[in-house]
Amino acid sequence: MKQLWSFIRKEFHHIFRDRTTVMILLLMPVIQIILFGFALSTEVKDTKVVVIANTNDDATQRIIDRIDASEYFDVVIMAHNSGEINAAFRDGKAKLAMVFEDHFSENLKHTGTAHIQLIADATDPNAATSFMFYASNIINNFQQDISQPQSGSGMIQPEVKMLYNPQMISAFNFVPGVLGMIMILICAMMTSIAIVREKEMGTMEILLVSPMKPIYTILSKIAPYFVLSVINFITIMLLSVFVLKVPIVGSFVSLFAVSLLYIFVALSLGLLISTLTSSQLAAMMISGMGLMIPVMLLSGMIFPVENMPAFLRFISNFVPARWYIDAVKTIMIKGLSITAVLKDIGVLVLMGTVLVTISLKKFKVRLE
Amino acid sequence: METVIKVENLTKRFGSFTAVDNISFEVKKGEIFGFLGANGAGKTTAMRMLCGLSLPTEGKGTVAGYDIYTQPELVKKSIGYMSQKFSMYEDLKVWENLELFGGIYGMSDEIIKIKTDELMASLNFEEERDKLVKSLPLGFKQKLAFSVSIFHTPKVVFLDEPTGGVDPITRRRFWEMIYDATARGITVFVTTHYMDEAEYCDRVSIMVDGRIEALDSPKNLKATYKAKNMDEVFQQLARKSKRKAD
Repeated sequence: MKQLWSFIRKEFHHIFRDRTTVMILLLMPVIQIILFGFALSTEVKDTKVVVIANTNDDATQRIIDRIDASEYFDVVIMAHNSGEINAAFRDGKAKLAMVFEDHFSENLKHTGTAHIQLIADATDPNAATSFMFYASNIINNFQQDISQPQSGSGMIQPEVKMLYNPQMISAFNFVPGVLGMIMILICAMMTSIAIVREKEMGTMEILLVSPMKPIYTILSKIAPYFVLSVINFITIMLLSVFVLKVPIVGSFVSLFAVSLLYIFVALSLGLLISTLTSSQLAAMMISGMGLMIPVMLLSGMIFPVENMPAFLRFISNFVPARWYIDAVKTIMIKGLSITAVLKDIGVLVLMGTVLVTISLKKFKVRLE
Repeated sequence: METVIKVENLTKRFGSFTAVDNISFEVKKGEIFGFLGANGAGKTTAMRMLCGLSLPTEGKGTVAGYDIYTQPELVKKSIGYMSQKFSMYEDLKVWENLELFGGIYGMSDEIIKIKTDELMASLNFEEERDKLVKSLPLGFKQKLAFSVSIFHTPKVVFLDEPTGGVDPITRRRFWEMIYDATARGITVFVTTHYMDEAEYCDRVSIMVDGRIEALDSPKNLKATYKAKNMDEVFQQLARKSKRKAD
């Protein structure tokens, strides 16, 4: 026990004497959350709209008012011909154009049909899809308000309800994603680097000659990063609840338990990387390329797993973050109990056990 | 005299390459045993087998009375080791390194404290005690590394080219520390390729191509090979080498 304790103390010294690294490790979640929360927001807000309405009649005006009043749109230009629309798109002054046909109101009253053309700047397809959806919704609502219920002709009115995230706030999606990424980064990358550093510095040789038990070496390498991960987990939770207003709907205890499990998987992954490499650079490359990219792209953090081609969907099964992010979404956002994520837990337990077994076997007690 | 290291027909092969070829020798308690050889002659491999860092392919060996195959944990407790690479923790303070290695070898806090005080006084290190190791000059670091390797009073200490890259005066001082250690009953097993250092050893073995070509006291070796100094002895033997130095 004394061996272990002296060694853990040493590991904390290593980390906390390296001020830059500590700062990076502790600030990284804060920066990522702020970045994703404010800069990389996929929500559509105040999209600039250019309108052509040559006959400024009652119905036209009411639709324009509704569009302008919604938080998604700002009507900025009243144009008179298509040239002005082109100019507005080109100069980035507008993202959406609404073209009302002439005699809009009259046509609506007399023939029952009137046309509005919606033109979107689709350079950002996701945003275009979202604001097109909002604009059509506003027009549909208007339509329903003016149309009198007529007996005989049936009318189907879809009532759309966005469950768990009614305002479609993207933070609900990326908070679990950032959690999944930060934990992998800190646990796997930093642990592997810390172990490989001893090999590179030659101190591993001294440790192998000493009666220090290899399992103690491993445990004490892991301990500080475990503590750091827990601190980061709490930071992210505080930020998401108080700054991004993403509530923890489900039980915090379940969420924490799943996170501990994920940390364990990430740590064993780091351990495995450290047994496979002998230079810090290689360890960094493997964890950077081999972990970061799959976590970003294949975990469902940015692209939904369901939309991937079958091959990538298959690969994504081996990305621990995928299961963790799913579990976090289920507990934190949907508010379901831990029994709803038993599959995720099972997969993570399996991954952790396999990784730990392989890396303990591979952890070299001798030099060659 | 008590035998501290006993090696019989020890062999290490890496694939078809025989790094250490059937070597046998004994080292007595309190002896300074020099292990000489050109680069690539197999010194380091042989030493690593004795320290439990590498498993022999064939042969027998005991260190401090423990078998290197079956009792590696007991061997590890009774030896000290200093590698060619400087290998203290640079971002720890001098006393923290001592405390760490004391802890690893299971020494109690009181003993660590007493021994640290003693050591700092004898090395005139009082001022450096609280400094980070990386701020010390190389000569200091090497003294510290040696002190750490014998901090837990091992029966044998293995020194792998301990004086590489240091000036002659510092090397001379370093050897004074080695003599002090033997005076306290610690056996010293040292590899080197400085021939003046070979003269300081009680007995010297010279390895050529994985085999021990000569083993005797420096005085007898010089007489046998009719040489003025150890360098000439070494040159005569090393000429037989067929291996390319790496």
